[in-house]
Amino acid sequence: MTALLAHDALIVSLLVVLLGAVAGTVGIRRQHADWVQVAFGTIYANFALVTVASLAMIYALVTHDFSVSYVAQVGSRETPLFYTIISLWGALEGSILFWAWVLGAYSTAVIYINRKRPGTLVPWAGVTLLVISLFFAIMLVGPANPFRTVFPVPANGPGPNPLLQNHILMAVHPPLLYLGYVGMSVPFAFAAGAMFSGEVASDDWIKLSRTWTMIAWGFLSAAIIAGMWWSYEVLGWGGYWAWDPVENASFLPWLTATAFLHSVMVQERRGMLKLWNLNLMVGTFVLTILGTFLTRSGILSSVHAFTTGPIGYYFLGFIAFVLIGALVMVAGNSEKVKTRGRLESAASRETVFLLNNLFLTAFMFTVLIGTLFPLVAEAVRGVKVTVGEPFFNRMTLPMITALIFLIGVGPALPWGSASAQVMKKKLIPPVGAAVVLGAVALITGVRNPYAVLIFAFVGYAAFANVREYWIGMSARHSAHGENWLTALARLVRGNRRRYGGYLAHIGVLFVATGIAASQSFRHESEATLTPGQTITVDGHTARLVNVWGRQEPQRAVIGATMEVVRNGKVVATAQPKMNFYPTQSSPVPTPQVISSIRGDLYFNLLAFDQNGANATVKLIVQPLVPWIWFGGGIVVLGAIIGALPNRKRRTALAPAAARAPVPAVPLPIPTVEGGEA
Amino acid sequence: MTHAVVLGALLLLAAPGTLVAQSGPPLAVDTTSPAIHSSFMSDSALEAATTAIASQLRCPVCRGESIQDSPSELAGEMRTLVKTKLAAGESPAAVKAYFVSKYGEWILLDPTAHGFNLVLYAAPFVLVLGGLAVVVIAVRKWTTAARADGAQT
Amino acid sequence: MNWKRASWTALIAIPVLVLFAWGFTRDPNNIPSPLPGRMAPDFRLPVVTPGEPPTTLPVGDTVHLASLQGRVVVLNFWASWCVSCREEHVTLQQFARRYQDQPVTFLGVLYNDFAAPARAWIKAMGGQQYPSVNDYDARTAINYGLYGVPETYFIDGAGHVAYKQTGPVTDAILTRVVDSLIAALPSAGGRPATVRGDTAAHTLAPASPRARGTP
Repeated sequence: MTALLAHDALIVSLLVVLLGAVAGTVGIRRQHADWVQVAFGTIYANFALVTVASLAMIYALVTHDFSVSYVAQVGSRETPLFYTIISLWGALEGSILFWAWVLGAYSTAVIYINRKRPGTLVPWAGVTLLVISLFFAIMLVGPANPFRTVFPVPANGPGPNPLLQNHILMAVHPPLLYLGYVGMSVPFAFAAGAMFSGEVASDDWIKLSRTWTMIAWGFLSAAIIAGMWWSYEVLGWGGYWAWDPVENASFLPWLTATAFLHSVMVQERRGMLKLWNLNLMVGTFVLTILGTFLTRSGILSSVHAFTTGPIGYYFLGFIAFVLIGALVMVAGNSEKVKTRGRLESAASRETVFLLNNLFLTAFMFTVLIGTLFPLVAEAVRGVKVTVGEPFFNRMTLPMITALIFLIGVGPALPWGSASAQVMKKKLIPPVGAAVVLGAVALITGVRNPYAVLIFAFVGYAAFANVREYWIGMSARHSAHGENWLTALARLVRGNRRRYGGYLAHIGVLFVATGIAASQSFRHESEATLTPGQTITVDGHTARLVNVWGRQEPQRAVIGATMEVVRNGKVVATAQPKMNFYPTQSSPVPTPQVISSIRGDLYFNLLAFDQNGANATVKLIVQPLVPWIWFGGGIVVLGAIIGALPNRKRRTALAPAAARAPVPAVPLPIPTVEGGEA
Repeated sequence: MTHAVVLGALLLLAAPGTLVAQSGPPLAVDTTSPAIHSSFMSDSALEAATTAIASQLRCPVCRGESIQDSPSELAGEMRTLVKTKLAAGESPAAVKAYFVSKYGEWILLDPTAHGFNLVLYAAPFVLVLGGLAVVVIAVRKWTTAARADGAQT
Repeated sequence: MNWKRASWTALIAIPVLVLFAWGFTRDPNNIPSPLPGRMAPDFRLPVVTPGEPPTTLPVGDTVHLASLQGRVVVLNFWASWCVSCREEHVTLQQFARRYQDQPVTFLGVLYNDFAAPARAWIKAMGGQQYPSVNDYDARTAINYGLYGVPETYFIDGAGHVAYKQTGPVTDAILTRVVDSLIAALPSAGGRPATVRGDTAAHTLAPASPRARGTP
């Protein structure tokens, strides 16, 4: 019953979206404001309808209504309620429904907020979003309909993919990823709207686009970090990034969006790079669709790939439409956005942004080529090859190193041109921090030259970015007598984007430190232990207490209890487990991680004796891994600060922060130097 | 491993003291045990050489992980085999060639650097160098233009 | 809108789309094995389950592959924990019983498993016609380039791997491959045969030691 209702809602949603796209296009062309209003209305209505369908799906999942095909596919009576609800995005059809819902939510928010903006840009953006929604609506009514009726109704289902019901992060990672991915449709819709409406040469719309990119970028950053964390906690090999096609797919649009967030500042300040920015914005959207296509269609093998089906061909059609449409739009409008480039000096922040964009783009293409190469090689040579971790690490490490260096140089250099004196004052002091961190790395035994450089550049960049905060705060402190905390708060509030950006830099440096340290100092060992025996890795000793088993409703669990022993005292216990799901041939490893600020002890149970006499355990010791998750949090905080609207200057609310008179200190002061154009 | 094994194991673990004759050799192989002694290299050098090769071979039963990283049992056996072959004096290249002869080029995480595969290896360099050239040309053009503007006013 | 430039630029999409469309015709998980055409890697492995008369072997005996030369050999890697092995089990047993008087030897190779669950599995599945050996250290599996279970290797009378089936076998594959290999045995006239598989075609090596790919 619910299923029929939900499917009807989806059919109506398809018709509504179709109506909206047509009404919008005709309304704009013929200048019928009413028709445009109808198009806006259909966006809200579509959101409501998809919400109904999604709630119906959750209801069907929770009530174990196995007459619904999707529930029969991913549901089971034994699965805990929490994992039952989140299996909404656990398989292909559900994830498309969820995607459509997120797209509906974004569309509604974007159109509602900007509905009164004069001109045809917003209506065109609305039509663009409706056309994207149309694709998902067609999928949901046709090949990916999750509400198909199953007869006879099965008594029970297999439950969700064990990998997806084994960890709580599965509740976090996919929604964040969809919010990030789908969010990139919004700046794309604005870009398309700007091109259709002829506003593309103006700079006003780019600000709309930029804010929404920032929001989507924040979600995507969080999603990538959560995905790393999930694979670290669930896959059992003690790593967090394997250059798997799905991971790459989430990373590609992140790289171009990051490039855009930087180069858009050059456009705002100098009116340059308009065509380039348009390319980045459109490219980011194309990459989100491409990534989804590559990983969901089963064209590349991946840990996370869903099963193949006719859905792949629909995706192929859509990607053809998007790719050709994007190329035609941008190339057709390229002459309108030609700009006169002017730059006072090569030693300027603009140059750093150009280099940053160069490395981010080269990074993106390297990952894209590496991901697609097996397909290309098979087409050309007829031989299956693998492009794996060693290739990606070797090729991208120099680019990462360069990017970290630029994080330190960018904030230090002023716009336009830098005098030798300013450069000396700005660029020299951080070298001290670089030398210290580089030396620490060498002394502690880092031998990979790139790793040493990364540590040194992290020191350099950390100094440079923290100094920007320090300069602003001390200026406020001495000019207004504000205490340090007030100074910090008002400084950030006065220019959220700028200080949000620096904060994101600092977060990235934490992530880089965590990755560099854990890769450089990973120690591991495995041993078959009988109870009482110990394993020692890098000075950490753990003792096997016992091996145990337990039957849970949805799975069988075998675990080993380990005690971490330090100076003869038990300081912690760990219980690495193997979870056996009836539908899965091999067990799902469930490692246990004992974290501290200094690093992780990672326990994984590899094998056990049938009568509990012994267990084979792997112990991995990696320093600073939690810094990656912490740094990810800082990046997201930076994105939140950057995405919040700036207070209007010279408002009565914050006179001190807004007016910022010329300070007594003769230093380039943030309110004078940077930020909003 | 298996559901059947597990259910059996569960029963046994739940009832300590029950003994069953070991019906087969243990699944786990302790790769850290010094069972292999090499006359060609020290234990630590052998360990390092094994890790180096194992990191370049793709685990067949996993997806995209190396046999060094993978916790799967086949990967464990493969690591042991790599070590055994190295200890017997085979060269790293010969060990890799053995695996390629069994699994095809697919097993190499790093594709061989010859023929068409060179396209893959050249791409990042072309991208970075080409990009650098574009940046240098653009910055030059813009600074020249800015100076010309300055001279006019 | 500059349509000329737009249409030229759009051409960039064509090779990418063609590549993707072609990609759909491929299965990324089906990796061709280099083994067919080469000498089957030899092994000596202990019998772990005896099979049924008339092809039974005592548990603990050693099977030496080389000693089976002159007969067609069907090697089936399996495990009691393997879900897809159940699918092919009945087909395999029926086929093996039907061909038990032919010059073909069936052999199960137990992969990554214990004897006890293997025996329990065979009992639960209604028996296994032929004996199984235990590849306890997976060395044979690696020698055969095994990706997972089930996988089935067909070895001709001269000891070459003629065909490899990844995943469950079907009666059609068994009939086609085994019949052509038996026909190619010297006793049957010894003509080289060609076997066409679903995913790859391999010319079967003629039953002479000078076949291609002999190491």
